[in-house]
Amino acid sequence: MVDYWSLYSKKVIDHFQYPRNVGEIKNPSGVGRVGSPVCGDIMELQIKVEKKRIKGKTEKIITDAKFRTFGCGAAIATSSMITEMVKGKKINEALKISNKAVAEALDGLPAIKMHCSALAEDALKAAIDDYLRRESSRTKKNANYHEQRRTNE
Amino acid sequence: MRPILKRIYLDHNATTPLHPLVLKAMLPYLERDFGNPSSLHRFGRKVRASMDEAREKVASLIGAKSEEIIFTSSGTESNNLALKGIVEANRKRGNHIITSSIEHPAVLNVCKYLSQHGCRVTYLPVDRYGLINSEDVRKAITKKTILVSIMHANNEMGTIQPLREIGRIIKEANSKRPNRVYFHTDAVQSVEKIKVNVNKLKVDLLSLSGHKLYGPKGIGALYIRKGVRISSLLQGGEHEYNLRAGTENIPGIIGLGKACKIASRERIKEEKKLLKLSERLYQGIREKIPDIRLNGHPKKRLPGTLNISFESVEGEALLLALDLEGIAVSIGSACTSGSPEPSHVLLALGLSYEEAYTSLRFSLGRENTKEEINYVIQILPSIVKRIRGISAIGRKK
Ligand code: FES
Repeated sequence: MVDYWSLYSKKVIDHFQYPRNVGEIKNPSGVGRVGSPVCGDIMELQIKVEKKRIKGKTEKIITDAKFRTFGCGAAIATSSMITEMVKGKKINEALKISNKAVAEALDGLPAIKMHCSALAEDALKAAIDDYLRRESSRTKKNANYHEQRRTNE
Repeated sequence: MRPILKRIYLDHNATTPLHPLVLKAMLPYLERDFGNPSSLHRFGRKVRASMDEAREKVASLIGAKSEEIIFTSSGTESNNLALKGIVEANRKRGNHIITSSIEHPAVLNVCKYLSQHGCRVTYLPVDRYGLINSEDVRKAITKKTILVSIMHANNEMGTIQPLREIGRIIKEANSKRPNRVYFHTDAVQSVEKIKVNVNKLKVDLLSLSGHKLYGPKGIGALYIRKGVRISSLLQGGEHEYNLRAGTENIPGIIGLGKACKIASRERIKEEKKLLKLSERLYQGIREKIPDIRLNGHPKKRLPGTLNISFESVEGEALLLALDLEGIAVSIGSACTSGSPEPSHVLLALGLSYEEAYTSLRFSLGRENTKEEINYVIQILPSIVKRIRGISAIGRKK
């Protein structure tokens, strides 16, 4: 029997027992659903992005994040942790969060469980990608719309 | 660190605790009676006599003769000796082995090895309960077949194979051919839990292991019917009828003997008790937790083994949550749970990957009580509910 008490840090156990930010966001700005090729586990991460003026610049800030995970204890803990870590971050900052950083924030993961944190990183990237895609198709639509109006005039 | 209040062990198919009487029987052989059974002086003779007695006890549990029992280091070694030993000794007669797709890795991986070394292996499928169709064995036998190796009871879901029927089919086939097809069974999970008799099952070789039947680890045995052509894997002294060189693990052998003696005496009673307890656990789970399914055969199953899929609950997460409550269960077989691949056994039953990942094995044993089972039934529903609440698959919450 693997000794989970020594395998997992107190923080991992805490995030596993009491995961933060479980669920869905109403009208999410981006959704990332990924599956691990290693173990078949599935993670879905949703983010809310809002544009805010900071020091005269418009920044895209992640104001909320929620998750659902079908996976092992480490997968649940890393999903919970990453949703905590992204909140309040700018998009480009959030893109820099690595699975190693998530594992470190949890006071470490056993080597065989690092792929679980990779799943969390992938889910976040997928959610941000989804947001950026939606954004660009919206601005394109907008551009098309203005184009349309100009030709009509 | 939060203190663990309970210590409920429901993983007896992985290993069992040492029976206190077994420990007591072993102790002198770790202290005063240290002699080498091959020695001619009284130190050696004393130990040899005890070893012979132990062999007799193992034989009598499975209806064999004492000289048909070879002591090994484990169930794995017994399986290796059976398969490789038969192949080696019968090379001139054929090279075909028939086995099942749900064997323990200690058989499957030996077969894999042998198939890379000149053997052809047929892996028989199982139905959705994990049962082999004995007619498939008949159809698979060819002129080149030398061995059929089918496990008695499956470690992961407990399904018991129709060995008698398979034994009869092999016997029939043998009556019409010059070279015998040998019949081996890995009975590591079934000995002590249900009746195992080598003559009723018509097997020629049978593997068993000490630590699965309340004996010590590091000891196993292989039953080899008289007249079976088999080679040794080890070259060395003339121990174990020339089939297993190396000074015998005397404390282990004594322990195994004692465990078998206890099993002969108490099996029927224990079997009833286990059946009642596991039925209690199953009914409790069924009543209180929706969307579960029992894997394996509903009836033809080991009395203490319950393999249950909890829809949309990942097994390892559930295992961890239970472990934090002091309850020990397992996912897949313990030897493979380091790898995240789903169980080959559950996939062979036709479960999807996702379903296979949601399964959990409870395996009950001697020291479990009604109170322990009640406690599990009491706390499991809320844990399952909590993990379902997090899950990314299954019904919308
Ligand atoms: S084992 Fe798959 S995510 Fe952890």
